[in-house]
Amino acid sequence: MRFADTLRFARDAATGYPMRTTLSVLAMSIGVAAVVVLTALGDGARRYVVGQFSSIGTNLVIVLPGRSGTGGFNPANAITTTPRDLSVDDAASLQRVPAVKRVAPLAVGTSEISFGGRLREVMVAGSTSDFIPIRNFELAQGQGLPEEDWNRGSSVAVIGSKIREEMFGSEPAVGQLIRVGDRRLRVVGVLKSVGQGLGMNTDELVIVPVSLAQAMFNSNTLFRILVEAKSREAIPDAKEQVMNLIKQRHRGEEDVTVITQDAVLATFDKLLGALTLGVAGIAAISLAVAGILVMNVMLVAVTQRTGEIGLLKALGATARTIRLAFLAEAAMLSAVGALVGYLLGQLGAFALRQAFPVFPAYPPDWAVIAGLGTALGTGLLFGVMPARRAARLDPVQALMKH
Amino acid sequence: MALIELSGIERVFQLGDTEVHALSGLDLTIEAGEYVAVMGPSGSGKSTLLNLLGLLDRPNTGTYRLEGRDVTTLSPDEQARVRSERIGFVFQSFHLVPRLTAAENIALPMTLAGIAAAERNKRVTQALQDFGLEHRADHRPDQLSGGQRQRVAIARATIMQPALILADEPTGNLDRQTGEEVMHLLEALNGKGVTLVVVTHDQVLGARSRRQLAMEDGRLKVDSARPPG
Repeated sequence: MRFADTLRFARDAATGYPMRTTLSVLAMSIGVAAVVVLTALGDGARRYVVGQFSSIGTNLVIVLPGRSGTGGFNPANAITTTPRDLSVDDAASLQRVPAVKRVAPLAVGTSEISFGGRLREVMVAGSTSDFIPIRNFELAQGQGLPEEDWNRGSSVAVIGSKIREEMFGSEPAVGQLIRVGDRRLRVVGVLKSVGQGLGMNTDELVIVPVSLAQAMFNSNTLFRILVEAKSREAIPDAKEQVMNLIKQRHRGEEDVTVITQDAVLATFDKLLGALTLGVAGIAAISLAVAGILVMNVMLVAVTQRTGEIGLLKALGATARTIRLAFLAEAAMLSAVGALVGYLLGQLGAFALRQAFPVFPAYPPDWAVIAGLGTALGTGLLFGVMPARRAARLDPVQALMKH
Repeated sequence: MALIELSGIERVFQLGDTEVHALSGLDLTIEAGEYVAVMGPSGSGKSTLLNLLGLLDRPNTGTYRLEGRDVTTLSPDEQARVRSERIGFVFQSFHLVPRLTAAENIALPMTLAGIAAAERNKRVTQALQDFGLEHRADHRPDQLSGGQRQRVAIARATIMQPALILADEPTGNLDRQTGEEVMHLLEALNGKGVTLVVVTHDQVLGARSRRQLAMEDGRLKVDSARPPG
C-alpha cells in the first residue's frame, strides 16, 4: 500500500469510531497538556524568583566590611585583628575599576523624622545619586539625590512612599522641609512603593547623601558598598578586581567580604530548574498512561475490526501492510492528541498568566519538545503490539467474525 | 495446463483431543474458464476447500498448484500477492468495509496493491458503470440494498482482473430475485473467461453450473465431470 493511502486508510479508520478515537486523543492531550502546564508553572516559579532577585539590582557585587572566610596565615593578621572599616574613599576608588559600571556607598542608621508635628522612627540610608539606579528603585515624584561631590552632602532627602503617606498625607511632599535627627532636609523625591527587598523596607526608608548620614551618625564607616558590574559576564572580574583594590588600599589585608548576587541566583536557578524537571517527570507518567490507553484502544480496535482484517488479508494485504495501517492509526491518535494537548497546555499557561500577571508561566522549549516527543514515542511504541497482533491474525478465523 | 490442481489434500483440525478431518484424500482439477459449484451439507468441508483454494488456509499434506505453480510452499507474503493478483472473493455477508464508500470499497484491492490513484479512479469508474452503480459511488454500505452491496463486492472481487473468483454462498443473504441477478452477474464474468467456483447448499443454484462437486465428510462424493463408474 502506498504511504498516502496508508495514512488515509488510518485516518478513515480513526474517524470511523469517533468515541474511542476521542477518548484516546483526550487521554493523550491531557498528558501533554499536563506536561506543558506543569513545566510552565515550574519554570514560571524559577523565573519569578530569579526576577525577584534581579530586582535587588542587576549584576550586583556587594562589599561588606569584615572577612567571613578563614584565610591562611597572613603577617598582617598577626599585627592587627580588627578589620579596617570601609570608607567613602574606598567606595570612590572602586569607580576606577575597569569591570565596574557604577558604585554606591551605603551608610545606614536609624533616626527620627518629623514634619508638621508628626514624628516617627525611620531607617536612614546614606548614599549617592547612583544608589537608586543600582538598586533598581523608581521614583514616584521628584528626583533622586543630586550628582555632587560625595563628601559635600547637600541637605536633601528622598523618602519612601509609606513615609510620604504618613508624614504628608494628601499634601505634596516634594519641596517640603523635614527634620531628620537634628538636620533640616528638603524632600526632593519620593520612591515608588515596592515593598520588602533584601531585609530593608524601602517604603519606610529615607535616603540622604552619604556624608550627611555619616555626620548624622557620627561615624566614618560604611555599611556596604554596592557595585554594579558592567555586564553579567563581568561579575567575576568585577568581584576579583574590587577585592584586589580594597586589599591594596587596606595594606594587603583581605578584611572585606565580596559577595555577588549571581551566586545566590545560580543556586535558586538550579534548585527550581530541578523542581521543574521533577514536575515534568511526574507529568511524563501521565503520558505513559496515555500511551497505554492508546494501546488499549488499538487492541480494542483490532478485536472490533477482526473481520475487516480478515477481509484485507483475503484481498491480498500483506502482514506488513496491516501492521503499518494500525501503526499509522496509533501514531495519528497520539499525534492529534499531542497537538491538542499542546494547544490546551498553552491555553492553560495563558490562563495562568492572565490570572497571575506577575508569574511568568511560559513552558520551556525543552519541556514542550520532550512532551510532544514522548507522546508520539509512547503512541508508536504501544501501537506496535496491537499492530503486530492484527497482522498475525489467521484470515479464516478473522473472516468468520463479521 | 489446468488452473487448479489439487492432489492428496488433507486438512485436519484439532478440536479438543479429537481430530476432525475437514478434507481428506482430495484430488481435484479445475480447468481455466470452468464454472464449478461445490455443494454439500454444512460441515462437509466445502468452506475449508474454498479457503484452501483462496490461499487463506494451508493443507496439512498434499499439493496445490495454481496455474502450474505450487502455491502451498509460498511464504505468507507471496501468498498475499497471489491472492491480490489472481483470486477474487465474494462472501455471503458481502464483507464491505462500513466506513468506506462503494467506490472506495471497490478500489480497496488496488489500494492495498499500491496502484496509483489515477489508475484506480479510472478502473473504479468503469466498474461502477459495468455493475450499474454509477449513482451509488459515494454511498456507504449501510445506505445500499443487499443486491447493491453484493454488486459492490463482486466489482471489488473483479477489479484486479483475477483468473479465479471464489464465491461463498453469494446469494445466501439475498432474496430470490436479487440472488438471481447476482448469479447472472457472476455467470457473465465466467462467460468472459474467469474461472468461477461457487460454494452453495442450494440445489437449484448448484444445478446452474456446468460442473457440480458434492462434498461429504471431507471427501469428494460426486464430480459431475467424472461420472461414477
